[in-house]
Amino acid sequence: MADDLSAPKTTMPKTRMQVSEARPVRFRGGGFRPARRRWLGPLVFVVLIALAEWGTRSGWIGNLTLPRPSDVASTLWEMALSGRLWLHLAPSLTRLFVGATLGVSAGIAVGLLIGLFTYARAALVPLVAALFPIPKIALLPLFVIWFGIDEMSKYALIAFGTFTPTVVATYGAVDNVDRTLIRMGQSFGLSWHSIVRKIVLPGAMPGILSGLRISLAIAVILLVAAEMLGAEYGIGAFILEAGSLYDLERLFAGVTILSLLGVTISFALGLVEAKLLNWRS
Amino acid sequence: MELSLRNVSHAYGETQVLDDISLRVPAGQISCIVGPSGCGKSTLLRLIGGLERPTEGEILQLGNPPAGCLNPLTYVFQDFALLPWRTAEGNVRLVLEEHRLTYSEVKEITYDVLGRTSLLEFRDVLPKNLSGGMKQRVAIARALAVKPAVMLMDEPLSALDAQTRELLMEDLVRLWLRTPFTSVYVTHNLAEAVRLGHRVVVLSRRPGRIRETVDISLPLDQRDRGNPMLADIENHLWDIMRDEAAEADQELVHGG
Repeated sequence: MADDLSAPKTTMPKTRMQVSEARPVRFRGGGFRPARRRWLGPLVFVVLIALAEWGTRSGWIGNLTLPRPSDVASTLWEMALSGRLWLHLAPSLTRLFVGATLGVSAGIAVGLLIGLFTYARAALVPLVAALFPIPKIALLPLFVIWFGIDEMSKYALIAFGTFTPTVVATYGAVDNVDRTLIRMGQSFGLSWHSIVRKIVLPGAMPGILSGLRISLAIAVILLVAAEMLGAEYGIGAFILEAGSLYDLERLFAGVTILSLLGVTISFALGLVEAKLLNWRS
Repeated sequence: MELSLRNVSHAYGETQVLDDISLRVPAGQISCIVGPSGCGKSTLLRLIGGLERPTEGEILQLGNPPAGCLNPLTYVFQDFALLPWRTAEGNVRLVLEEHRLTYSEVKEITYDVLGRTSLLEFRDVLPKNLSGGMKQRVAIARALAVKPAVMLMDEPLSALDAQTRELLMEDLVRLWLRTPFTSVYVTHNLAEAVRLGHRVVVLSRRPGRIRETVDISLPLDQRDRGNPMLADIENHLWDIMRDEAAEADQELVHGG
């Protein structure tokens, strides 16, 4: 700056003007870049629960509006001790596991067919588009007629509900596999089978896994719906029973279990992604 | 093994891409193909390697591939085409898994080619953690692993920065001097062509025809940067290409 001021006279006025108006360049970058804040998610839960606890204790939230979180927790604890929790959870988890496994594996298989074969695509894409928007819950009575009132109809409902989103996610993921990698495989004389197993499947894995997040959330919703419509045991049946008795503590205990189930599934998928997709930059 | 192209023409629908190309690719030499962008030089390479069928003409292999050759016509791609979920070593193994080789043979070949491309210490690294130059060296190692009769190189250095390109060019010269390989090397970079090519084939703009074939007799190990003889050849090549390139630049793009 001092050098500028002592510059030859002819350039003096201009230079001096620039110096007098010197100011830092305004920063306008940043943002749009998700960063990790591990503590914030749990904190939201803690704050909301604390707020509900405080509200119900001090009385500005009525007893019939919301049960006290600590009462819900003790109900859950009692259920766990008496074994009633397991009595309801075990059949639900079995239904979820069997139904989702059937639906997801069939969905990945059909999605791969559509992604790999022109004829399968032409034949099946319209069909999948027609099946996707049907509210699967509406089909439950039909499934009861087809598969009987017991477990099979529940498996079928969950399987059907997870099937269509998995198909769509899978063939989309196969379409997005880098074609140059496939050409590379062909140019090295890899067999069709090897190309599918070593290039297409791993390449489609990110898309398949993100589709799985949606499918499994749908599976939980359908599980509860199926159990509400006809089951002796299961989280859905438990919630329905508590609801009809206006037993809000038990109702919320059931809802909490579903919530925890969702969080657990999402967490487990996160682990699988971290393990399988560590190659992503 | 040699390759011979006889009156090869190719069209995508209505668009004529290559017109009556006749060319011999001699064994043990690097044949460079240069031309303005969109002249069909990459298409020509895909035809030579059997990834596409020419609309007219024929492409012949003369003689048999050398013993132990697993994939006679082997590509090195511009964008490396490495599987991101496999390590450097895994990417080399990919092309060996297809053949009936024992575990120790696979290991021997893998270590040999990774050693020749100075990648041994990076064999367990995923592509996302490798620099561009290293990625292309992995791709070259993968190509060497199948002991190709002809290496088909599609602008192998074009995705790299100028300095890395210079280093990799030296690597390629060293690899060739150690074991001369046959190669068709497509590039738009004339400096690369005169440094690496035993002959340089200049294509016209679309539809690609052979404008001129220039043989360079100077041995590869004597082609230093800034060699006046190479500079003359490069200028000569540019004189041929200049108008073609300018006209190609004015053309509208029609689909692929």
